[in-house]
Amino acid sequence: MAIEVRIPTILRTYTDGERVVESGGATVAELIDQLETDHVGIKERLIENAEVRRFVNIYVNDEDIRFTGGLATPVADGDTVVILPAVAGG
Amino acid sequence: MRFDSLIDSVGGTPLVGLPTLSPSADVRLWAKLEDHNPTGSIKDRAALSMVLKAEAEGLLEPGSTILEPTSGNTGISLAMVASLRGYKLICVMPENTSIERTQLLTMWGAEIIPSPAAGGSNEAVRVAKRLAAEHPDWVMLYQYGNPANADAHYVGTGPEILADLPEVTHFVGGLGTTGTLMGVGRFFREHKPEVRIVAAEPRYGELVYGLRNLDEGFVPELYDESLIDSRFSVGPHDAVRRVRELIAAEGIFAGISTGAILHAALAQASKCVKAGESADIVFVVADGGWKYLSTGAYEGTLDEASDRLDGQLWA
Repeated sequence: MAIEVRIPTILRTYTDGERVVESGGATVAELIDQLETDHVGIKERLIENAEVRRFVNIYVNDEDIRFTGGLATPVADGDTVVILPAVAGG
Repeated sequence: MRFDSLIDSVGGTPLVGLPTLSPSADVRLWAKLEDHNPTGSIKDRAALSMVLKAEAEGLLEPGSTILEPTSGNTGISLAMVASLRGYKLICVMPENTSIERTQLLTMWGAEIIPSPAAGGSNEAVRVAKRLAAEHPDWVMLYQYGNPANADAHYVGTGPEILADLPEVTHFVGGLGTTGTLMGVGRFFREHKPEVRIVAAEPRYGELVYGLRNLDEGFVPELYDESLIDSRFSVGPHDAVRRVRELIAAEGIFAGISTGAILHAALAQASKCVKAGESADIVFVVADGGWKYLSTGAYEGTLDEASDRLDGQLWA
């Protein structure tokens, strides 16, 4: 079992073009560390000063982690993590 | 109800219960029917509020030209208000929006400048900001950063809900400009702080996120994270599924973004049921389904319908 991570178009240079990769960990922070081990350079694009970058949104099972404990949000096998750039609506 | 003019009839929308979709007698869903506004969407509130504020500040006078980046509904509302107040309207609108939006804008007399599909509304904002710099005599109301957008919901939508349903426990709205959630959120933080504010954000196809780099992302200037309590990302499959349930179970014919909002409302309702809490959850019906008939969202299988929405700005 693993955690499915969906990678946005602009970050697929780090994943050899893969739109979905597998990763692991008990929290989002650990999961991103595992991503960095497998896809060097990706962490710096997601994290700045130990926080999610302003124009990056990370969702665990469709819920924005900024409201569920941030990088300490727990994750488990079978969860889906989606990474997306922030876009406008309206 | 009687009003002096169409503009005076904005707001004061019905709040209706959902006897079938509510999960239990203790966890109830309520729909705020914003499609009952004059041009058929919640954006009439923001558009009127922004125009009235610009008039009060002396920015607009008869014959003025208004410029606005919009994926549709705000433009349609502004076009109605502008035509009644004697202003010209130019909308910068992404190409990947439904044909009905173009038809309605044109009908109400607006001019449309298309912006590239890739990048969605981010591109429309960028193009509009450039045009505003080139045409200093045009007035850009700028819904993403104009406090009058959120104020419309602080003085209207929020108080209406509290008056109709004093026992309200949750408010669920769509996240676009963030105006609805910021205005209603601020109202409840001040007047009934235990009300939880839940955001439903549409998740589009990849084309819409086709930015050149992450620094080109966009967070509306109005957005204040402290005014909401949770935020759900909802894809087209769930949005279409819910919008069809809303018609089948409750007879409410809503636009696709309302399906996303209902999906978040039902997720919240399930949490309340599991926790054994009672709840009165109000969600926004942002507009009716009329403008989206051409997208095919209401026919064929869910997979077919959500595939057709890929790449479209459906909310």
